[in-house]
Amino acid sequence: MAERAQPIGRARPASLHPVAPWPGTCAALGVALLVLGTLAAVAMRAEGGGSGFGPAEVSALRFTLIQASLSAVFSVGLAIPVARALARRRFAGRRVLITILGAPFILPVIVAILGLLAVFGRSGWISDALGVFGIAPLRIYGLHGVVMAHVFFNLPLATRLILQGWQEIPAERFRLAAQLNAGPRAMWRLLEAPMLRRILPGVMAVIFAICLSSFAVALTLGGGPKATTLELAIYQAFHFDFDLGRAAVLSTVQLGLTVVAAVLALRVPVGEGFGAGLDRAVVRWDATGRSATALDVVWIGFATLFLMLPLLAVLVAGAPGLLSLPAPVWSAAWVSVQVAALSTVLLLLVALPLSASIALGRRQLGEIAGILGLAASPLVIGTGLFVLIYPVANPAHVALPVTALVNMVMALPFALRILVPRMQQVMQQNARLALALDMRGPAFWRRVIWPRCRAQIGFAAGLTAALSLGDLGVVALFADPETATLPLQVYRLMGAYRMETAQAAALLLFILSMGAFWLLDRGGKFHAEA
Amino acid sequence: MKPLFVASALLAATAATTATAETPELVVFTYDSFVSEWGPGPAVEEAFEATCGCDLKFVGAGDGAALLARIKLEGGRSEADIVLGLDTNLTAAAKETGLFAPIAVDANYALPIAWADDSFAPYDWGYFAFVHNADAAAPANFRALGDSDAKIVIQDPRSSTPGLGLLMWVKAAYGDEAPAIWEGLSDNIVTVTKGWSEAYGLFLEGEADMVLSYTTSPAYHLIAEEDGSKAAALFDEGHYMQVEVAGKLAASDQPELADQFLQFMVSDAFQSIIPTTNWMFPAVMPEGGLPEGFAETLSADKSLLLPAGDAAALRDEALDEWLSALSQ
Repeated sequence: MAERAQPIGRARPASLHPVAPWPGTCAALGVALLVLGTLAAVAMRAEGGGSGFGPAEVSALRFTLIQASLSAVFSVGLAIPVARALARRRFAGRRVLITILGAPFILPVIVAILGLLAVFGRSGWISDALGVFGIAPLRIYGLHGVVMAHVFFNLPLATRLILQGWQEIPAERFRLAAQLNAGPRAMWRLLEAPMLRRILPGVMAVIFAICLSSFAVALTLGGGPKATTLELAIYQAFHFDFDLGRAAVLSTVQLGLTVVAAVLALRVPVGEGFGAGLDRAVVRWDATGRSATALDVVWIGFATLFLMLPLLAVLVAGAPGLLSLPAPVWSAAWVSVQVAALSTVLLLLVALPLSASIALGRRQLGEIAGILGLAASPLVIGTGLFVLIYPVANPAHVALPVTALVNMVMALPFALRILVPRMQQVMQQNARLALALDMRGPAFWRRVIWPRCRAQIGFAAGLTAALSLGDLGVVALFADPETATLPLQVYRLMGAYRMETAQAAALLLFILSMGAFWLLDRGGKFHAEA
Repeated sequence: MKPLFVASALLAATAATTATAETPELVVFTYDSFVSEWGPGPAVEEAFEATCGCDLKFVGAGDGAALLARIKLEGGRSEADIVLGLDTNLTAAAKETGLFAPIAVDANYALPIAWADDSFAPYDWGYFAFVHNADAAAPANFRALGDSDAKIVIQDPRSSTPGLGLLMWVKAAYGDEAPAIWEGLSDNIVTVTKGWSEAYGLFLEGEADMVLSYTTSPAYHLIAEEDGSKAAALFDEGHYMQVEVAGKLAASDQPELADQFLQFMVSDAFQSIIPTTNWMFPAVMPEGGLPEGFAETLSADKSLLLPAGDAAALRDEALDEWLSALSQ
């Protein structure tokens, strides 16, 4: 690797860091071991065969790449103006809006699909409205439908991450720019564009990786077997052919693609950041003009409608049955809350040291270990864990801890995206002073990192809790009847024709997820922003 | 939170081991919807435990195909004594594993076909059919469906049991003409879903005029919801059957209890639970007959079923035909 000029902070010998990087390195290795170890377990369990890459797999690979790239580009492309509008405007209900806009990300897949179709489907609200004017219904099924659904899921995440980038520009910078009479365009060139160049590659890589392992959404909205993704091919290898070798090969390809995406994203230079500020409220003198206001209103309105209408459909469908939910749904809800709590604790134990060690310069290892969780097929992780656990314990007895662990690995990449930029700032600004004061280890965590990263820790914890609540995860592979989680119970209700009860249970799930998110996210907030 | 969790997991583990020491435990692997609160599992467990002096434990694993995958993963070390929920598309592959023991179940089956299998006994069965809203006209066969502009939603055969059943249905009814039938259907198919629940949900939301399900599906709406608005389209080429079976694992540590369960499975106590929990036809007609409003069985010549060996042999070819017709 070529020698590059490094900021002084990074060039220090390891012993001079205020916190040790090794716990983070261990966490990264642990995650990589889990993802790659389960893959190896599946591969080793394969009995011969492992028929390679046929034309069907090649076309699955092609479709997967196309849809994931388009989904990432559109999600991020639309998220930029939405995040910009939210960063520039202050209005009543803004915080609530930002929280609720995040909801699609944590909905169980099947519920989100039904919500989307209730609005955009052949007999959805929009098609019905068009029908009044004699216009043909929307045609949602196809590549555009797949991309739209993925944008629905990922626009909120992209918006939140990019919005966070805006909030990391100190208010003093905007103030200085305003004093120099910078208009919106100059503001964009001087402050916003450099920030985006730093943030966007990582956000793109995360969303690309999420969409890479899409299966049910891609198939349903894609309208048929043309929309076969790698994840479906993996599922087929398990389910239809029981060809574990092929499942392992396909899963390796999927992991490889994600690592390539992550490495490409990491090659983009991070730049110097924006330095320190005094955490005062941002005032945007540049965005007071009428056209800037109108533009922001349009974008906020677009995001609100696009994301809220399907959620409204979920609400409308679920509300009538909410109060008469049967007891097994409530007990499943309690199980899910426990799993989510455990996931969140595990996440903090892994993500905090890992993000600190990334901030101390261990970038490659940490980020790649973090993103592996996204690319790993849940089916492969689940089956691999099953193969590993089976000889030593009854899988049903460890169903819940294992589900919590896998949910944590799936949430880790998001948590890192949230934590790392802030952690880097904190290290850059405080490490030298702390060392001069000989403040290290726990004291540095308590006095420096915690107060400055509380908001990000809360956001990451909230997101993990919500994701863990909503994710079917691997519990379906392990569960016995008594340990059903709420998402599993939603699927069971649907499988038993009880669509209305299922929709009510899905609404309960949604309320719990949002509640957990709200609690943790708000609990961590300390400055006036966000 | 965490210590609590570990403690409760340990507690559950010890509780399970002490239970085995006292009363014999029969472990039945089955698909997930069988064990759910809304499936036959809880009532079956109660009924069998009332007579067997044992502890009946259901373990759920996805659907029929996932069940077979799990048995293959666990191999001879499986704690399962009985596997309940495979269908005739899977029994050939299941038998090939060599994990199943021969059984002798004595029953007077109410199936439209003769049942002869020394490894598996049926517990319920049904016909695949397209379900539609009763007030809309339905086509009378696959050709008419292909010619109509009715929109249908089906399941992917690679991930779903009914989806695979539809492949076999077209293959059994049309043989070498199957690709032409799929070609005709391709513009009727709104979309293909991962599983039955998604497809049925889409149909109820109004996304399609018809959905691939069972002739017994309208009975659920009629009996459980008092809603007579759904009907199953009867096709004149006949309907493909799904016969759900159970078998005994050779490695079972409770072989007698397993035999006892299989015999119980075809008794009135078990069979009378099936119609309004699994919404399928019981394999042996219960004394009280079928509940009022339940679907009717078809004559033998309208009941299509490929023998297990043929079904396994035709599967890959049928899948290729389906993929190439729908991928254009």
